[in-house]
Amino acid sequence: MAVLAAAAALVVLVPLSRGGRAAGAPSPAIAIYRDQLEEVDRDVSRGLIAESEAEAARTEIARRLIRADAEAAPPEPDRPLARRAAAILAIAAPLVAFGAYLWLGSPEMPDQPLSSRLDTPLDQADVQTLVAKVESHLAAHPEDGAGWEVIGPVYLRAGRYDDAVRAFGNALRILGSTAARETALGDAMVRANNGLVIADAHAAFERAAKLDPTAIAPRFYLAVALGQDGKKPEAVAAWQALLKDAPADAAWAPVARAALAKLEGSAAPTAAASAAPGPSEADAAASADMAPEERLQMINGMVAQLAGKLAANPDDPEGWARLVRSYIVLGRTDDARDALKKARTALAASPDRLAPVEAEARSAGIE
Amino acid sequence: MIAELGHFALVLALALAAVQSVVPLWGALDREPRLMAVAPPAAIAQFLFTGLAFAALVHAYVTSDFSLLNVVENSHSSKPLLYKITGVWGNHEGSMLLWVLILTLFGALVAAFGRNLPDRLRALVLAVQGWIASAFFLFILLTSNPFIRLSPAPAEGNDLNPVLQDIGLAIHPPLLYLGYVGCSISFAFAVAALIDGRIDAAWARWVRPWTLAAWIFLTLGIAMGSYWAYYELGWGGFWFWDPVENASLMPWLIATALLHSAIVMEKRNALKVWTVLLAILAFSFSLIGTFLVRSGVLTSVHAFASDPTRGIFILVILCLFIGGALSLFAFRASTLTPGGIFAPVSREGALVLNNLFLTAAAATVVVGTLYPLALEALTGTRISVGAPFFNLTFGPLMVPLLMLVPFGPMLAWKRGDIAAAAERLMAAFGIALVAAAAAAFAMGATDILALAGIALAAWLMAGALSETAFRIKLFQAPLAESFRRFVGLPRSALGTALAHFGLGVTMLGLVAATSWSSEDILTMKPGESVTVGGYQVTLEGFIPRPGPNYEEIAVRFLVRDGGVTVRTMEASKRNFATRATSTTEAAIATFWPSQVYISLGDIATDGATTVRLYWKSLATLIWLGAIVMALGGALSLSDRRLRVGAPRPARKLAAVPAE
Repeated sequence: MAVLAAAAALVVLVPLSRGGRAAGAPSPAIAIYRDQLEEVDRDVSRGLIAESEAEAARTEIARRLIRADAEAAPPEPDRPLARRAAAILAIAAPLVAFGAYLWLGSPEMPDQPLSSRLDTPLDQADVQTLVAKVESHLAAHPEDGAGWEVIGPVYLRAGRYDDAVRAFGNALRILGSTAARETALGDAMVRANNGLVIADAHAAFERAAKLDPTAIAPRFYLAVALGQDGKKPEAVAAWQALLKDAPADAAWAPVARAALAKLEGSAAPTAAASAAPGPSEADAAASADMAPEERLQMINGMVAQLAGKLAANPDDPEGWARLVRSYIVLGRTDDARDALKKARTALAASPDRLAPVEAEARSAGIE
Repeated sequence: MIAELGHFALVLALALAAVQSVVPLWGALDREPRLMAVAPPAAIAQFLFTGLAFAALVHAYVTSDFSLLNVVENSHSSKPLLYKITGVWGNHEGSMLLWVLILTLFGALVAAFGRNLPDRLRALVLAVQGWIASAFFLFILLTSNPFIRLSPAPAEGNDLNPVLQDIGLAIHPPLLYLGYVGCSISFAFAVAALIDGRIDAAWARWVRPWTLAAWIFLTLGIAMGSYWAYYELGWGGFWFWDPVENASLMPWLIATALLHSAIVMEKRNALKVWTVLLAILAFSFSLIGTFLVRSGVLTSVHAFASDPTRGIFILVILCLFIGGALSLFAFRASTLTPGGIFAPVSREGALVLNNLFLTAAAATVVVGTLYPLALEALTGTRISVGAPFFNLTFGPLMVPLLMLVPFGPMLAWKRGDIAAAAERLMAAFGIALVAAAAAAFAMGATDILALAGIALAAWLMAGALSETAFRIKLFQAPLAESFRRFVGLPRSALGTALAHFGLGVTMLGLVAATSWSSEDILTMKPGESVTVGGYQVTLEGFIPRPGPNYEEIAVRFLVRDGGVTVRTMEASKRNFATRATSTTEAAIATFWPSQVYISLGDIATDGATTVRLYWKSLATLIWLGAIVMALGGALSLSDRRLRVGAPRPARKLAAVPAE
């Protein structure tokens, strides 16, 4: 950069230190007229114009030549003061440029082309970079089924459901059909369609149920589908069959009971059926087949999501209440207190709306 | 590091532009040669620094360096290499950088090839270039900086607007900018002449080729933009009187006028004041065009970003340069000495008439483009000014102009003979009538306006040819003599004839394509056929397939002529997941010089699709004519003879009009 700046200064300084055009040289205007006169002669000799026209042209040029001669002024003597001022300006300009650049630019930042970002060591890379890495690998090796299987759940967690459908679909096509893969594909399709069990997803769940009749998730979704199709008696039967096989502490059981209750027309007493938007049916069903630590991770993820949403849009008393309750349930009392504090600040303008949050905090005794 | 180097080079270019706008001006006013001598190296270095900045941005795009905000917003790592490069100017910041790159390129060219310019004139011209460059460097650095960094770099970019992912983006903007910015040279010369208070021979000798070069690029840029809109936007139209199109048409009309008045200026030393005014206006319209397109006042594919601070910044630049130049003109124009005199009927007179028509036509376009904007700003009423307005105003102005075009080159300088010119054009007139009669016979005499248009187009083409035929004494002298004369013809004369001929070709295409094209909108299933312009078009089937950064469904059509398959066409719909948008790729088959144009509507789930089928009668001629015009300009540009418009002596009538 210093080299560039020096070059810029030199470009201006060199001509300043050199002499101007030698005095006594003909002015360019007069040179042009002389060339024109020569060209008229050439045109005449090539037969392009008649002698009479050439004569007229010469007269015209001569007229202009005389005028140009009269207008030519002798150059003035040079002024060292002006030159010195200009030289100072010339040196100052790159310096000012340097200052302006420091203000506008980010000199400490290196380039980060895609290739170098993909080369960062695994333990330092963030999730996005890892995703990009796998994606570029898959773009080069689209027949790597294991790769698709790895990236599918990542897409799912990132909310990129269409990509997840594509990934699971590819994994299925390349590695062959298993109950787990069919279920994953169907699950992604349902999420991509806002919880609706579309025909393709339905087919996938049916294949999964056939491959592994004991798996819970496909049966769960098929029951949901029956409900969505308005086939009430069949749906009720499916839910009942599912609940009969359920272990007592199954995470999805409340959801199933709520759905059953809704179908049977009675009010559901369980928490999951309350009006507050809890985990979606799809989430609950997915958690059914999860290991406990995975499930905890998923719940933590959802709570973090809620906290993020509230940070962006704090004017939501019910949301704050839900967040406080979630932290308490998870045993994160400090976070719950923190959330309560934040809710108080956010809703300071309308204390009456803070009531549900306060109530939640009081019931857990954190205040 | 490369990105930061580019950023620094850009700031340095601004510093040099600032020096270049002050020091040479000072030198010129003070008659100090060493201060004036600063201008050329500063201009060249400025171009090199801007080039470095541009190269750094291209590098960032090619390597998908998403630590640059501009790259994140407009690129994607899976984009094909060509679109990574063209994507550099497929957005506001990058396109402004291209703008100044071309500006500094022209400045460097003046510096490098301007040795035979008087020192004062060169210093002043480069100083004015320096002002323009400083303003735009400031604009870029303060409101549209493409080198803003982002940390941490996101993994993937937002991709380029799919409509712009086309070879057209590689051609149309650079050409158009070469045209727009080329006008800045004539502007700088004009302002320099006004500051200096005089115009000498070197002035005229320089302005005409620069104007001509700018005009060639502008012509090609507009034609390319029109063809791109025609095949990419899928409406099957080629000109919509859209404000963005008008923004490029206005400088073109004025540049065309300037081109013609600069001829008078160079050859006859007349029309100086008028030429200076046109030079100022041509660049002013280029600036207005840039403002309209870039400020977000208009919404279109060109309005990449609408940011009020940018709009105001450009508006200030606009007022400073246009207002400043016009006030300077008002104060100083009287100091310019008027040049040669001429009779009303003469080549000069014809060119003045051409200028009047062209500027009046430009004025109607200005009104049609700016009036709706002004009305909306003042009263909030939204009106749309479209083809009907322009047909009623622009059309009637162009028709007499086009009728007069063949006369111009037939007239002699200083004093001409209209009767003799008319006599020489009798053949062309006859050809025009025959062409109209032939069209009436072929297409039916129902559309009188279209027939008149055909006659006019034939008149233009035949007129251009008969001028050359007359000059080489075709059919009046032995063929060998004619050939010798043809070889001896100045290239500028051939260029004139070619450009005027191209105008006729474009006219023919416009008339035929608007009058005798057909349009069908229907739903088709595989196996179904329809007749378009005498050909049977059959929908063969749907082909889904992946592209590099999109998924597409191509629909294949077979074109049969009397049962024989002559062409396969594929129209498609592309879906770009990153931007969640889709584009329609029209299929075009050229049956010289007409075209079959197929564009897809919605594809239904039951395997049927809406299809628009057009028969575009003689449509290719529209753009071909523009290319012929540009070729004519290039031919004329290659003729670097010194020009003196030798007047015909008053006492005796020579047979050959002088070149």
